[in-house]
Amino acid sequence: MKLKHILYAGALMLAGTSAAAAACENTVAAKSLTNAFPAYVIMTDVMKSCGNFEPELDKDHRLKLQDAFSTNPSLYTIAGVANATSVPLFEQELVRPLDDLIAEHGQGLSENQFIRVDGKVMAIAALFNTQHLMYREDILNDLGIAVPTTWDEVFDAAEKIKAAGVVDYPLGGYYKSGWNLGFVFINHYLGEGGSFLDENNMPALDKDKAKAVMERLKKASSYMDPEYLVSDTTFVTKQLQQGKIAMANLWASRAGAVNDPAESSVAGKIKMASGLMGSEQPASTVWWDGWVVAKNIPDEEAEAGFKLIVAAMDPEVISANNDAAVWLAKGFTPGPAAAGAAATAQAGAPAYPASKAMAVMHTALGDGLSAYMTGDKDADTTLADIEAAYLTAAKEAGLVQ
Amino acid sequence: MRFKTFLAFVGPSLFLMLIFIAAPLVTVFWNSFHITQPVYERVEVETCTPGFLAPTCTTSVVQQPQLDDEGKVITETTFVGLESYRNVLEPDRFFRAVENWDWNTVNNIRFWKALRFTLVFTLLTMPMVVGVGLLIAIVVNGTVQSIKGPVIFISLLPFIITPVIGALAIRWLFIGDGILTQAMEGWLQRDIALFAQGWTIEILMYVYRVWHVAPFAFVVFYAGLQTVNQDTLESAIIDGASRFQRLRYVIIPHLMPLIVFVMLIHLMDAYRVFEEVIGFSSQAHVISLQWLTYDFLMPDEAGTRAISRASASAMLTMVGIIVLLVIPLRRAWRDQRGTAK
Repeated sequence: MKLKHILYAGALMLAGTSAAAAACENTVAAKSLTNAFPAYVIMTDVMKSCGNFEPELDKDHRLKLQDAFSTNPSLYTIAGVANATSVPLFEQELVRPLDDLIAEHGQGLSENQFIRVDGKVMAIAALFNTQHLMYREDILNDLGIAVPTTWDEVFDAAEKIKAAGVVDYPLGGYYKSGWNLGFVFINHYLGEGGSFLDENNMPALDKDKAKAVMERLKKASSYMDPEYLVSDTTFVTKQLQQGKIAMANLWASRAGAVNDPAESSVAGKIKMASGLMGSEQPASTVWWDGWVVAKNIPDEEAEAGFKLIVAAMDPEVISANNDAAVWLAKGFTPGPAAAGAAATAQAGAPAYPASKAMAVMHTALGDGLSAYMTGDKDADTTLADIEAAYLTAAKEAGLVQ
Repeated sequence: MRFKTFLAFVGPSLFLMLIFIAAPLVTVFWNSFHITQPVYERVEVETCTPGFLAPTCTTSVVQQPQLDDEGKVITETTFVGLESYRNVLEPDRFFRAVENWDWNTVNNIRFWKALRFTLVFTLLTMPMVVGVGLLIAIVVNGTVQSIKGPVIFISLLPFIITPVIGALAIRWLFIGDGILTQAMEGWLQRDIALFAQGWTIEILMYVYRVWHVAPFAFVVFYAGLQTVNQDTLESAIIDGASRFQRLRYVIIPHLMPLIVFVMLIHLMDAYRVFEEVIGFSSQAHVISLQWLTYDFLMPDEAGTRAISRASASAMLTMVGIIVLLVIPLRRAWRDQRGTAK
């Protein structure tokens, strides 16, 4: 009986792959480098089914991108990039304009997917990403807590959840020292309407706003697992899935996974709400994730890579995996999993201010803030050190004189 | 041996050493005194990015690297003297803090924080590695012949594991919901978070390193134990020497050159402590010199690396190892000359 089921499932799977393979046939060897979250797994699986394709999924892909695309020939045919990671590829012209390929093969793509630099399409966005509140509906209902919309309301709710003792920790946060911690600060600080750099790339942190944000981060951390400084997005996703936390302001790209019955013990109980408001705008940033094609490869390989990209965002693929991401490609119907991202975008969340200098600032923040979180430094020293670290690094990079 | 024959024998390895050791060292040395930067220009760029429903276009002035005709970034290299070393060491701040006996500030400067941990790590684990290695060697030497093989094999296992993998394994065992932490929590009836503060992470690092390296010391000492002069041992027994006295006055002096050897290797290895920091993601609490170099070298999201500071930091690490090695090396040198005479 069981064997029969397995055989039947296997036959179905085979039928599925062959159907996908019929839709695309790849004859030129191609490789990709992307992030590793679920949407990329789905897209690269489709590409694999087309044949002659080798994906590389790596959450630290940003460390390899620039070098891998500078070589001639490029080490990868295509790559998945986002706002920030696309900066060096665009400015050093390591990826090719796609207008011709779109005219030839890209009829299925929509205008909203095109990232244009000076009019030329340089990347094809696949999904929209932001950070928003995910909460356990059952817990909030049981305790009679309204869905929080600001961080103060989150703290009130966390206090009640803590008192009720229904989960290990009321709140989850990706505060891992480095990129993640810097990113959390940037979101909160933008929500307060702060700016990071002046027009000469000199550091211009608003001390009062920054200190308010730091106090808030510390307060939030008191409701988290005490090992928050080693916790990244994947860890928080697991905490939600295992019912260890009740709320988290998390990446929209994880909204599908937290309610996936195959992974989550609390599937269906987690609801999505808008990103939390800062005092001026949502304390979340808007990102796109999408595909670029390397410049330093033969034209036929580029064409093959582009066709794979189009195949991976086929409306059938998108609708079959509707809740895995907030897709920008055709075939997507916003469902409950996308509700948080949609609300955040409508509330006016700003785009992540990606630039060369901002990346240096991001690193300085990510490295510098952990000393404040551990209590080794006070807020003033931390901020002064972050600005000094930024200046040293920016000078060495030639971004300031 | 004729000089020509000598050259023919030594030549290939000299050549390889030049390529793989000398050349990189010279490059790093050179890089630590120079900074290479792209030449930037300010250009106005119109960028359109997807919104949730419709694209948004913005025009802004951005700093972009200039490209030459072949599409390569134009770079400029300048000699900066000791600036990168100053940026790593932050001497002004360090000396001000030292004058005021302000230990907290010293420990908040990244290089000195890393140096503090690296030194403590090296000097604390060294005697432990030697001690534990010696203990295992003596115990194994005393076990019955029939089970010696399996015992040696099992004792060697920790050394075979790739350091990063070992560190990750320890992390998964001891992190908040790891099985060992859960077990300890059940036993002690309290919440345990070993990765929430610096000192518990440090202790885990020491324990992990000793667990990982002691088998190496064990193998070396075990080999040494096979060559202990049995006549001397027997006469010591006849003279009424206790077990400890035999260890103290016969076995350890015999093993001394090996102990120095293990210490030398361990100094060099432990001073480059790195896997523990990566495996435990401890950078918020504990960093090492090697990790600092790595951190400088890692590109940020827009691909910027601090190569000059990374080189300076690497050179400083090398200087540190040399300083640490001088004492045991001089001893080994004296011993060598002593036996040669």
